[in-house]
Amino acid sequence: MLLQISEPGAGVKPQRRLAVGIDLGTTHSLVATVRDEQTVVLGDAQGRVLLPSVVRYLGAGAIEVGYEAKARQAEDPENTFVSVKRYMGRGLGDLASHHGAPYRFVEGEGMVQFDTRAGRISPVQVSAEILKVLRDRAVAELGGELAGAVITVPAYFDEAQRQATKDAAKLAGLEVFRLLNEPTAAAVAYGLDNAAEGVYAVYDLGGGTFDISVLKLTRGVFEVLATNGDPALGGDDFDRAVYDWLLAQSGLNGLSSSDASLLLTASRAAKERLSEQTEATVDTVLSDGSRIVATLSRDTFAELTAGLVKKTLTPVRKALRDAGLAIDDIKGVVLVGGATRMPCIREAVAEFFQQTPLTDLDPDKVVALGAAMQANLLAGNRAGGDWLLLDVIPLSLGIETLGGLCEKIVPRNTTIPVARAQEFTTWKDGQTAMSIHVVQGERELVSECRSLARFELRGIPPMVAGAARIRVTYQVDADGLLNVTAAEQTSGVEARIEVKPSYGLSDAEVARMIEDSYLHARDDLEARRLQEQKVEAARLIEATESALTEDGGLLTEQELEVLVKGLQVLKGAMEGSDWQAIKNAADALNEASTEFAGRRMDHSIKAALTGQKLESLGV
Amino acid sequence: MSEMAPRNYFEFFQLPEMFRLDQSVLDSHYLELQARVHPDKAAHLSDVEKRLSLQWATFANEAYQTLKRPLERARYLLRIHGVDTREEDNTAMPAEFLLEQIEWREEMQDAIAGRSEAALDRLGFRLKKEMDHLIESLGAMLDVQQSHPDAAVLVRQLAFLEKLKRDLDQAHALLED
Repeated sequence: MLLQISEPGAGVKPQRRLAVGIDLGTTHSLVATVRDEQTVVLGDAQGRVLLPSVVRYLGAGAIEVGYEAKARQAEDPENTFVSVKRYMGRGLGDLASHHGAPYRFVEGEGMVQFDTRAGRISPVQVSAEILKVLRDRAVAELGGELAGAVITVPAYFDEAQRQATKDAAKLAGLEVFRLLNEPTAAAVAYGLDNAAEGVYAVYDLGGGTFDISVLKLTRGVFEVLATNGDPALGGDDFDRAVYDWLLAQSGLNGLSSSDASLLLTASRAAKERLSEQTEATVDTVLSDGSRIVATLSRDTFAELTAGLVKKTLTPVRKALRDAGLAIDDIKGVVLVGGATRMPCIREAVAEFFQQTPLTDLDPDKVVALGAAMQANLLAGNRAGGDWLLLDVIPLSLGIETLGGLCEKIVPRNTTIPVARAQEFTTWKDGQTAMSIHVVQGERELVSECRSLARFELRGIPPMVAGAARIRVTYQVDADGLLNVTAAEQTSGVEARIEVKPSYGLSDAEVARMIEDSYLHARDDLEARRLQEQKVEAARLIEATESALTEDGGLLTEQELEVLVKGLQVLKGAMEGSDWQAIKNAADALNEASTEFAGRRMDHSIKAALTGQKLESLGV
Repeated sequence: MSEMAPRNYFEFFQLPEMFRLDQSVLDSHYLELQARVHPDKAAHLSDVEKRLSLQWATFANEAYQTLKRPLERARYLLRIHGVDTREEDNTAMPAEFLLEQIEWREEMQDAIAGRSEAALDRLGFRLKKEMDHLIESLGAMLDVQQSHPDAAVLVRQLAFLEKLKRDLDQAHALLED
């Protein structure tokens, strides 16, 4: 075992908040939690922990998720969605090849949608169905409402893909503590102790995505130095290589979508068998009764996929260079993702890094386990003895300047959270508006980057060209999500706008979708709101009380009285069943504690710098 | 931000206002601070505390990134002392330095044309030495002689070399693709 994180010393144990980690994967998804100080993956009634990321729409509101849906994939391919993660935050134009995907694609608002038996469905909704099943599994298993979840995303996911994931969680009724990068989650699961100090590479080949992250581990701190990857390369592509080979061998083409689906499943099975044995035979009968029989050797498979394997090494080199490191600086390599079971991958990684990769933990579960540990930490269930994650953004964020060029404002691999500002000016006399185009990517031409949002700053007072000072600020939060503001500085008249990137669902849309799912039961919706407000209020009460216990001394008697009163009012409101009253009381308490929160933070910063070291850091 | 808002980044990390700094002290103070203010510490707290946390962690990252990198640190120090490095409009450079730049660029082009990773590596190694040397001189200029206008000239030169380094990295990427 590479590392072990020990539980902190005894103390008064506050009530544990239920928190889960979810690995929302391309081919399968998992939910894990920390229970009795053990991190465990939760299974379904039959004890199966992997949930196939497959959703089938049967019509009339009926939906199947997981094994059931997967079993029907070949017979109902147009309404059964596999690998939907590939379409998250993606427009039709992004999908270079649907490569035989049998869906009826429709261009949606910034993101592709599918025409199904149940109407138009977006990838966000499909993902939400998977998340709901995992949420329900956790609630049943843990016996209570969840305080929150950590959901993992590929490190190389861009803004659109992250936002889509967060929207899906919201739709599934999950409070997202944090979006966590998959390789970082894996590093947490492997943990760290003194022996693990140093720089590690996490090579993560999932069903549909490839990530490489380079992390520096020092006592208690996971610092991501660089990350890179390919959001459209994964185990699925290896299945496809076998599938193409089978077609070529049997001289077939133009298969029906159900036959294609059948053959693809057979291809995947053959690929998986080749991880255990040196050859695998495919024997499948198609719908017209014709039979395909072919034997694939491990060597042939390696030849077929050599290009794919090589394709993973380019991002690896880039990440190393961004981190300013050479291969011999890497102390260990961790393998993550079911696809890393393939011998050809293990060999390629070992050869590249000149060392045997670490495979102690199940590559299918390691991400969910790390996410669960992080969720437990974020829920505040661990007093002291914590670790700290410092992650980065994978892609540069820029702005369009004259001539269709992209000027980078936040370069890739910058530690988050981060805020960067840049000043621009008007170029025409009397100009009162300026359009701002936010883009993401490494290329110099805006047309080759991803467009995130366009907005216009209006109300600039008329001035001569070049006199206005427009400050554009990019703020990236700890989830890697971006917020852009622009303000004119000189006039004192401040125009300001906040953007929510165009592909994301607006809060109103999410609210509508949630309401739709409760359409037939208005009481349900009211009950749900009440439940939500109660959970929220309980969280606030607990946070406020523990803040008062820790730092009550920072308040005057009067101030203390105000907060205590606010707590009483909120507790009173919680006795009743008026969700609006609870919300009002909670808002009031939040407002009243603003000053206190500021003082607590100042106090903490002062303590950090006056030698009250945190034991976990031990620096 | 709050009554605690420090006067400048050096004060924030309790470091002397100097170009030559003890990297390990900077690192450990940074981690001490992040361990307290990072948004992960506030994930279960109220929205107010989450917001404050985001602000402080953002500030700590910006301060750290500025002081960690020599070029940024030198620019920042000069700004504290009211010296504008005028990198956008002042391109006056010693002729010798400019000639050297042209040579570097030519060699880089040759290496790309010859698709030679080894040649790029050799260039990178020489560039690193050149930058180390310049950083050394900057230290003397800023901390010992305290000659800020002269330091501004060196900062502009270092910015040239950093650009060259970025282009060299891109050239590597180009050869790999």
